[in-house]
Amino acid sequence: MSTIVLLLITGLGLGALYFLVASGLSLIYGLMGVLNFAHGSFLTLGAFAGWELARRLGGESWVTLIASLLLGMVVGAIVAAATEFLLIRRLYNRHIEQVLVTVGLALATVALFDGIWGTDPIYVTAPPWLSQTTEILGARVPNDRFLLIAAAVLVLLAIVAFLRFTRFGLVIRAGVENRSMVTALGIDVRKAFTVVFAIGGAAAGLGGVLASHYFGYVSPQLGGSLLIFAFIVTVIGGLGSLAGAAIASVAVAVLQQFANYFLGGTGDLMVVLLLAVVLLVRPTGILGKKA
Amino acid sequence: MTDSILTVSNLSASIDGQQVVESVSFAMRPVGVTALLGRNGVGKTSTLRAILGLIERSGDVTIAGERVDREPTHRIVQRGVGYVPEDREVFASLTVAENLRLAERDSSPNRELIAELFPDLTQRAGQLAGTLSGGQQQMVSLARALVNDNRVLLVDEPTKGLAPLIVMDVARALARAAETVPVLLVEQNLQVVRMLAEKAIVLEGGRVVYDGSADYLLGNEALTKELLGVA
Amino acid sequence: MKSLARLSQRTWWMIGGAFVVLAALLPLLNISIPGVLPGATYTPGTLQLLALSLLFACLALSYHLLFGTAGMLSFGHALYFALGAYGLGIVLKQTDLTLIPALGLTLAIVIVAAYLLGSLSLRVTGISFAMVTLAFAQAGNVLVRRNPGLTGGEEGLRLDTTHIPDFLVGVVNTRNLYWISLALLVIVFVVVAWFEHSRAGHAVTATRENELRVRVLGLRPFGVKLMAFVIASVLASLVGMLHLLLQSGTTPRATSADFTLTILVIVVLGGVGSRWGAIVGGIIYTLLDQRLTALAASDAIAGLPAILRIPLSEPLFILGTLFILVVLFLPGGIAGAVRRLGTGAQVTPLARKQLEEAE
Repeated sequence: MSTIVLLLITGLGLGALYFLVASGLSLIYGLMGVLNFAHGSFLTLGAFAGWELARRLGGESWVTLIASLLLGMVVGAIVAAATEFLLIRRLYNRHIEQVLVTVGLALATVALFDGIWGTDPIYVTAPPWLSQTTEILGARVPNDRFLLIAAAVLVLLAIVAFLRFTRFGLVIRAGVENRSMVTALGIDVRKAFTVVFAIGGAAAGLGGVLASHYFGYVSPQLGGSLLIFAFIVTVIGGLGSLAGAAIASVAVAVLQQFANYFLGGTGDLMVVLLLAVVLLVRPTGILGKKA
Repeated sequence: MTDSILTVSNLSASIDGQQVVESVSFAMRPVGVTALLGRNGVGKTSTLRAILGLIERSGDVTIAGERVDREPTHRIVQRGVGYVPEDREVFASLTVAENLRLAERDSSPNRELIAELFPDLTQRAGQLAGTLSGGQQQMVSLARALVNDNRVLLVDEPTKGLAPLIVMDVARALARAAETVPVLLVEQNLQVVRMLAEKAIVLEGGRVVYDGSADYLLGNEALTKELLGVA
Repeated sequence: MKSLARLSQRTWWMIGGAFVVLAALLPLLNISIPGVLPGATYTPGTLQLLALSLLFACLALSYHLLFGTAGMLSFGHALYFALGAYGLGIVLKQTDLTLIPALGLTLAIVIVAAYLLGSLSLRVTGISFAMVTLAFAQAGNVLVRRNPGLTGGEEGLRLDTTHIPDFLVGVVNTRNLYWISLALLVIVFVVVAWFEHSRAGHAVTATRENELRVRVLGLRPFGVKLMAFVIASVLASLVGMLHLLLQSGTTPRATSADFTLTILVIVVLGGVGSRWGAIVGGIIYTLLDQRLTALAASDAIAGLPAILRIPLSEPLFILGTLFILVVLFLPGGIAGAVRRLGTGAQVTPLARKQLEEAE
């Protein structure tokens, strides 16, 4: 029982990370039809920014942790918005080329991070509470899981509120459904593009700092390794669906944990298998629209 | 040409590399309803979409004397173009109220007019547009165009697939709109055209083959049959 | 018009043939191109690099078949390259088969795998297809890393030379591998060209443009797409096998998503939809990568201030940036630019359209 609880909560924690990456991917894809390969770099940069701050302020303090989370968000948002504004926008409506530019950006930025911070993992320090455990139903659960889950829930609520209660949110929701009709109502939908990139970048940057605490280190490869699972999550959840991304994040991560424990470390393979099954049964994903 | 609200000359357009409009030219007068007619496949819908820049196009388009053919869609619309697309294209996952709010461009949108023309929509403000009937969706689509003060309305097949009773509602709303703004109407239902349009422009192979009174055209059965292929 | 096109095509084949003859003579000649090649053309080090660039040209051509011709954006092409490399390496190590039967066995495995995974991936199109292929390749990556007993894990797999003919082993015989690489390039080129001109090739190109129209014509888009997928995968696996022999081993990098992205970068640099572009892209990329790595380690770079030194010492940063610039400012890549120079006309919209159709 305690093992199952531990696996479940750890799965939720990992799922939270996947969601922080996948939410942005899904929003960006839903509105713009762009698959953003540079999303992992937003995450990595957020993680490094958080680490640089913690290094200077002393990683054990809670104030530092919160400041580094905020900094990760801001850095992610700014870099993502700049990416959209400087690169993606020039290729308006040319989706393949937009994807290619993000591929180039991902390759170039990871190499740049290698050059700046080195290829070896850098270990992070955090408030001691995070590395302690809390007993739940007999399971000793590392506390960082709770931080991850809380952050992802907050991000989910914030994005939902933004989409529901703001003008930009209205434009984004409409644009996901029918972008050309939005422009035919006299709305410059490109402003919404920058906004979704910024939101996605903020979530990824936050996810980067959180990932560095979950894994215990930062490295230039951090974003890329999470990005692949986030892609899978996005496809399983249905491209463009935020709720689908949330459900699939949890499903994929929990499956991964259980398979790793009970089926001899086959978590990653089971995830690919799940993807194959979902595509066979329902090619548009759990909550995806018809293609 | 200055007395035309909308002119199109040598307009060509393509979708996925296939030409759908071939060098169309016409001018539209700034009053009343002008029907844009022609046989099936002559590219009436595509012409409207090309005017708005929703599909790749070349050629000259002016609105109130100003060239707009190099502008992006949202700029053209901001100049005062209301668009009611074929198949309505309401945002199914948005509520009726959100659909209308999204469409509001003016600082003082015509909410009273909408409430008066479409009382049904006020009642259903909180309902998801995707759950409305076809007729109600058409009301939303029309309301989205009428909520702003426009210089010209482009209305594409507003009665397509609707029950006769609702067709009359739509026609009434359009007639009311036409009192204040010129309307370019693509419509299969010739009865509706007869009711609303003063002028008719008939396209054939990109050329205007008729430009004149709608009543005269539709009153002359032989001419109608020759130009439109139907009686 | 038609005769002109035919003539120019024949000229192209003749130019290509002349290049092949020239390339075949290189190991016998003493040509030095400082700054491009590390040494004279007969030296094993240079031949190794040249052979590698030919293999990348082959790989780019096989990806061209997938992406440029059939319009399938795959992010898992590296899987089939790796299947060839690891498959042959493992068969040679675990069995007593000699090279040729081992090649045959590996090829059979690749065909079955490509057929199965291809049929599954092709149930979806567009971005979903890209994601599925990425996921399958990732599964391959995991399998390779998790089974060090079979694959050598992170360390990579060393080539077991017990059953390999002597003329393919050792530094002195690099030129033999070079000639085989050249032959493979010719074979891959002919296969790709043949497929593009075949009935299936026309159908698959038409599918790229308009799937419905192909259906109306009574052809099954799924079948021709699967055929293109399997052919491209088999070609990639052949490249992988030769790569194993040339490098005397293989590493998990061959299975990584980055490796597929590298192939994609090469094809786009060369020019999407152009066979010659893919070849030129492969050769230029390999040489550039090698020179940039040499540059990164040079004293000239080490002496620069950090803000210049760090980016310039990362070849992938420079290549990535170059790639972004090509996508933004040079649609159609190298082939597009050459065509524009040749005709003096702006073919940008055409090249752009080709890219878009690939969607």
